[in-house]
Amino acid sequence: NSSCNDIQVSFEGKRTFCKTHSIVTSKIRPFYGAVAEIEKKIIEAFEVFDHECNKTVDVREIGSIVRSLGCFPTEAELHELLAKVEEEEPTGYIHLEKFLPVMTKVLLDRSYRPIPEDVLLHAFEALDEHKCGYITKEELVKYLTKEGEPFTQEEMEDMLSTALDPETNSVRYRDYISMMIVDET
Amino acid sequence: FLSSPSPNAHTAHQAAILIQNWYRFTMARLEMRRRYSLSIFQSIEYADEQDQLQVFSTLLFFFPFVPVSHIFTSPSVSQVVDEGLYLTEFEKKIDVPDSYYGPRLSFPLTVEDANALLHAFRNEQLLHARYVLQLLCETRRVLKEMPNITHLSTSYSKEITVCGDLHGNLDDLLLIFYKNGLPSEQNRYVFNGDFVDRGKNSMEILIILFAFLLIYPNDLHLNRGNHEDYIMNLRYGFTKEVSKKYKDHGQQILCLLRDVFSWLPLATIIDSKDRIRGLKSLMRPPKSVRDRQDQLKERIPTTRPSKHIANQNVAGKTQHISLLGSAEHSGSSLPPDPALKEWKQILDILWSDPRSQNGCTPNKCRGGGCYFGPDVTAKLFERYNLKMLIRSHEFKPEGYEISHNGKVITIFSASNYYEEGSNRGAYIKLNPELIPRFVQYQVSKYTRRQNLRERVGTIESSALKCLREKIYAHRSELTSAFAQYDLNGTGRISVNDWAAAMESVLQLELPWRMLHSQLAQTTPDGEVDFMSCFYDLKIGQPIKEVQPALVETLCRYRRDLEIIFNVIDKDHSGLISLEEFGQTWKLFASHLGIDVYDESLDKLVLSIDYNKDGHIDFNEFLEAFHVVHRLEKKANS
Repeated sequence: NSSCNDIQVSFEGKRTFCKTHSIVTSKIRPFYGAVAEIEKKIIEAFEVFDHECNKTVDVREIGSIVRSLGCFPTEAELHELLAKVEEEEPTGYIHLEKFLPVMTKVLLDRSYRPIPEDVLLHAFEALDEHKCGYITKEELVKYLTKEGEPFTQEEMEDMLSTALDPETNSVRYRDYISMMIVDET
Repeated sequence: FLSSPSPNAHTAHQAAILIQNWYRFTMARLEMRRRYSLSIFQSIEYADEQDQLQVFSTLLFFFPFVPVSHIFTSPSVSQVVDEGLYLTEFEKKIDVPDSYYGPRLSFPLTVEDANALLHAFRNEQLLHARYVLQLLCETRRVLKEMPNITHLSTSYSKEITVCGDLHGNLDDLLLIFYKNGLPSEQNRYVFNGDFVDRGKNSMEILIILFAFLLIYPNDLHLNRGNHEDYIMNLRYGFTKEVSKKYKDHGQQILCLLRDVFSWLPLATIIDSKDRIRGLKSLMRPPKSVRDRQDQLKERIPTTRPSKHIANQNVAGKTQHISLLGSAEHSGSSLPPDPALKEWKQILDILWSDPRSQNGCTPNKCRGGGCYFGPDVTAKLFERYNLKMLIRSHEFKPEGYEISHNGKVITIFSASNYYEEGSNRGAYIKLNPELIPRFVQYQVSKYTRRQNLRERVGTIESSALKCLREKIYAHRSELTSAFAQYDLNGTGRISVNDWAAAMESVLQLELPWRMLHSQLAQTTPDGEVDFMSCFYDLKIGQPIKEVQPALVETLCRYRRDLEIIFNVIDKDHSGLISLEEFGQTWKLFASHLGIDVYDESLDKLVLSIDYNKDGHIDFNEFLEAFHVVHRLEKKANS
């Protein structure tokens, strides 16, 4: 298809035309070079977890890869995504071949948008009954291990190890958020 | 404050989902940072190892008239004296002052001696050089009589413990002994080599292991790793450690160690009378077929071209002081050397890694040995009736890894190998049925255990520091690579171009796009100010009147040069003549394709002959060429 001659994707050293043809025809993409750049980013993130350098990663690492590319999928959304990239007979491994086009679409569509700081703050505030700027350990544990997409014990303990002020046995969430945001910059 | 009713179910659910989602995002970021930090450490280490083998082939290229065997055999260990007299010789020649409060060993060693050693080392004492030399002599005598492949049977002991790389981490060894008990007839151990280098207590680990070997020669098995090799030790820190700790007798100790390492067995076979279980790995088609109902453990048994079977005595066993001479070098006019072939086999044995792809391909990461697939393992097991291979040599974040459908286990016992918090160590307990059980651990220098975020922060900054040093050592090359993308001379290029330049110059497969913000400054519109990655670094000491490019080259190849000089310096004086230095440098530079003008070389040589006595203290000289982090210097001053 001649309209796609501009899109040249270098994958495993082979030049494959129209790798993203389906995306191009469904929406208008003015910067074709941007697709190549996105793909490079994805491949880079994928390869960090590809221990044997054979273009596969353990299925349990997909969440880390997707998130480290800047996306905020919920666990449910992650499962949906996995269904698209798994083999017919799930082997426990995901191939780059399948992952790349799916993830490229995710990034182009800007799916799973980031949670802005103020939205996060509101979320904590919503759980702070008395609006006093902190949530007790018990309350936090109750909410996060019973509601939403519950934390595992390990996740809960880890969050507390950073967030909990041992003297008051509570989480001052504004401070916690600020601290975590700094890490990201 | 106003008090509002507790959140309704819906709000709570929504809020919880948001918080959990965000939290999982930060954890994923943390995991990514942890992974790429380990990636940085590993790829730099492997690139280093490649250089190592390259350096050695370079050396061979330059000294064609030195017989290969000369470099690889022990030239100056005095063979003259009958070994039995060694103990008394050292006693006569080396005096132990009354002021020495460390352990005083008496041979033959007993458990009391071992305990005294453990106690001393816990208190950071050194063993006196005389006892070290005596211990090494005795160890050599015992090892000489062992075959290349030793045997262990589970038929009557409770469990056998297998440990992997320790790399000078004494704390790990002490922790293993604490958790698992000291070696004895009832508590048998196999150690898979790589006892030394990188950590700061390689000497103490060897002393302890050799002591137990002498006390329980049938119950403690030590196998050779690729780091039990004096050339590796020159590069990776063991030689330095010994020289520092033993100023008067260091060279003697190192000489003897070279010899001792060469007599270490390569593998241990573990068998049970009920079931045969084998551990063995073979990289290339075996030269000799051995028909044994055995299990082989550990790295790789040697498949020697000779017809002797492995448990024959000394006569059948040859020494291999260093494996690094077996590297491929084209254009060499060395005669086809059967010893060289054997070296190649042992190189394969001690350097190879398992991979999930079938076949046997050259190990590009390390530059030596190969990658072997499940089919190679299967063939091997079938041929020798084996069931499992336990090997080491490869860093594993969890201390162990199982591959090839459970047939190959990698065990790595040095926790915090790259940095505090980088990984766990592990050991294996084999019951009489030879079913493995893994025990993991991690030593920590902090009294309060760091949480994950802090640990990742520590290893990340350590990894980036290593990477920055490498970047700085390639400054000129990088600058010209960047310039090629910066057509308008703005000093800025796209992230993509910057990543491409970094990858092509440094030859490290790292996630450059992800790392760019940590290594260089970015402009508001997302471009990279490429010269900014050099801002915070400089070379240790300013060397006057020498071209900056020359300085940079010396910086980059500092470790290689250290090794080459050490090899030239046959009498281990730490000094080489100006002429030797000049010659070597010229050859080295031309081999690398570096342009070195004679004048600048002369200037350099003059500038470093501080005493004007025609000799150069090369260690002092090379010290000047290490990369310093400006910011760190400020913090320390």
